[in-house]
Amino acid sequence: MLDDIDRRLLRQLQADPKLTTSALAARSRVTAQMAARRLEKLRAQGILRGIHGVIDWRALGYEVEVSLRITLDKTQRTAFDDFIAAARQVPEVIEIQTFLGRVDVRLSIIARDMKHYQEIYRDRVLALPHIADIEALMEVARIKTPEGLPI
Amino acid sequence: MTELDDIDRRLLRLVEGDATLSAGALGRALGLGQPAAWRRLKRLEEAGVLSGRRVDLDVEALGFGVTVFLGIKLATKGRVSLEDFERAITAIPEVQSVSHVLGLYDYRLRVVARDLADFERILRRRIMTLPGVGQIESNVLLSEERLPGPLG
Repeated sequence: MLDDIDRRLLRQLQADPKLTTSALAARSRVTAQMAARRLEKLRAQGILRGIHGVIDWRALGYEVEVSLRITLDKTQRTAFDDFIAAARQVPEVIEIQTFLGRVDVRLSIIARDMKHYQEIYRDRVLALPHIADIEALMEVARIKTPEGLPI
Repeated sequence: MTELDDIDRRLLRLVEGDATLSAGALGRALGLGQPAAWRRLKRLEEAGVLSGRRVDLDVEALGFGVTVFLGIKLATKGRVSLEDFERAITAIPEVQSVSHVLGLYDYRLRVVARDLADFERILRRRIMTLPGVGQIESNVLLSEERLPGPLG
């Protein structure tokens, strides 16, 4: 499993994903060769799945983000699959999560403004199959974002 | 607001998939020279469209067996300062993200834990003891996918 060096590397990488391998090595107090080798291994093991660019949708004019918490009609055996397949076709859906709890599925939806959101909601969201109930939460502000793991 | 052309959109999709691609590799994928790809990348970064990077780790392999989303309603609004609550909640290492929301709840939290017993400990000892916390709803994450959004 992971040793101290792996943990140090991953912790530093999470804290600043833009670091070059040599800078990451210096902060983790290992040689650059060691860091490169360990990162390669973590990738091969599937522990480090990738480093993704993050898009700020506000900078592209998408001012509204809404979290839709959806309960599905589970008497339909294919409800989850049908719903998720249809939700993927809505371009403004940027995240789909499924849950065990009071909520079955959550969609993150972005829109240019409230009018645009209203259109997406009426024309696309309400047309999705097997919906039993929907609750909306509107994002006001992200207080903590990077989703770092306490490694 | 930044206007995008088709090449920008394709570039964003590539960088969203893998932020470590070099300008040369991006250029080859887009049919551009390395300098042209680099200039576009810089422009998108400077405009704040590409706002950073996210490290995608296998949470289970790292020992975090459960991810739980919490909806929290504050019980005594007005008497508790939101700043104090936000400061206290963001200081908990297992709390990965906090959003201030409008609707049924006031805050939405993403919490990781080793297992359900560990989650219960975090919930009882660290979250429910915060001043002003009222109703809490927990939903355990089963699956998650991120989509490219309106870049098509």
